[in-house]
Amino acid sequence: MRRGVTEPLLSANGLGMIRGERVLFTGVGLSVAPGESLVLRGSNGAGKTTLLRILAGLTRPEAGEVTRNGLHHWFAHREGLKPHETPRTHLGLWAKAWGSDSDLDSVLVQMGLKRPADVPARYLSAGQRRRTALGRLLLEKRPIWMLDEPYTALDAEGRDLVLELIEDHLKSGGGMIAAIHGESGFVPTNEVVL
Amino acid sequence: MRPAPILSAFRQALGEAWAGGAGALLPLGFFAGAAVLVPLGIGTDPQTLRAVGPGILWVALALSSLVTLERIFQADTEDGALDLWLQTGAPASAIAGAKTFAHWLAAGLPLALLSPLLALMFQAEASTDLLRNAALYALGGLAFYFWGGVGAALSATVRRGGLLISLIALPLYVPTAIFGALSMTHGPGSESAPLFLAASTLFALAVAPFAMAAALRLAAD
Repeated sequence: MRRGVTEPLLSANGLGMIRGERVLFTGVGLSVAPGESLVLRGSNGAGKTTLLRILAGLTRPEAGEVTRNGLHHWFAHREGLKPHETPRTHLGLWAKAWGSDSDLDSVLVQMGLKRPADVPARYLSAGQRRRTALGRLLLEKRPIWMLDEPYTALDAEGRDLVLELIEDHLKSGGGMIAAIHGESGFVPTNEVVL
Repeated sequence: MRPAPILSAFRQALGEAWAGGAGALLPLGFFAGAAVLVPLGIGTDPQTLRAVGPGILWVALALSSLVTLERIFQADTEDGALDLWLQTGAPASAIAGAKTFAHWLAAGLPLALLSPLLALMFQAEASTDLLRNAALYALGGLAFYFWGGVGAALSATVRRGGLLISLIALPLYVPTAIFGALSMTHGPGSESAPLFLAASTLFALAVAPFAMAAALRLAAD
């Protein structure tokens, strides 16, 4: 595994995980430096999401340790949207919770959510819900992005949008870890195959 | 420690309690319904009603608190919001405590405010200080909601966990129910009972948030 000269934003070594009676993975080590991207690969059920949750500190690994230098953004299958929340109220809630003062309207426009901005999530399409949750990444600048299948349910335009966001983030010295099943659309700095 | 996430959790839970069609009215209806049914069941003798009234209201309050508790953490677990709350950097115990407190404010406090009206139906004596009793119901209700919150957090990943919440929470309700009911009688120990009631509530406020936090971390794991 290649290591940057700079201090890594996130590093992990010797990670091992057991689910039930099955060993998901052992001895996983990785590191992400500023400007680097890491893609987790593996078939369904290989443990990509579990590894990502371990890196985020949500799940405790059976072995190994994770070091994060800085805050991270989390974007996963379950968007964290309540049925009665609108894109505007959802992003407003998290902007407040994180103490960020970013302009909600510009985030909504950037995510292509200007029209459904005030529509409750139960009436939104899957893609619109994903876009809403992705909008959280723009509310506050955080060095590490953790994305679990960021392209799911997005149309071609949404995919391009995510790619653009990722590129901007990496260019500005951020790091990213993503579990991606198909085509990633960019050349990752590193890959971990489970 | 940044207070912003905790305040947001409080506001969000408060909004949540009223979202989707007056969910907070449900315990209120249950509380009133239970209290109205009792006189029909035990007859209308004023002496009997007066004797059992405060106790019945304590039982009704305890049971009503369980009606909506299922919702406070289960939805967050299912839609992924719990993962976000656990990653705010604020202590999970403070987030859980704020959510539970908001829930009590929306669903529990109205029960206490309704209690003077129900007490009248139980032929409360004219000398009874109904506002003092309402304050005691509010105080005890707070303990009920925090213990119930522990049950809700423990059963957050269980579908239809309502029954499980009751099984976990009801034994923890015992001290509050005892001192609460005692504080409204004239028997021995009734003078100091409000203090013991307050102590049991303070104990719940001090311990329950940490138990909820541990349970929620387990639910996310």
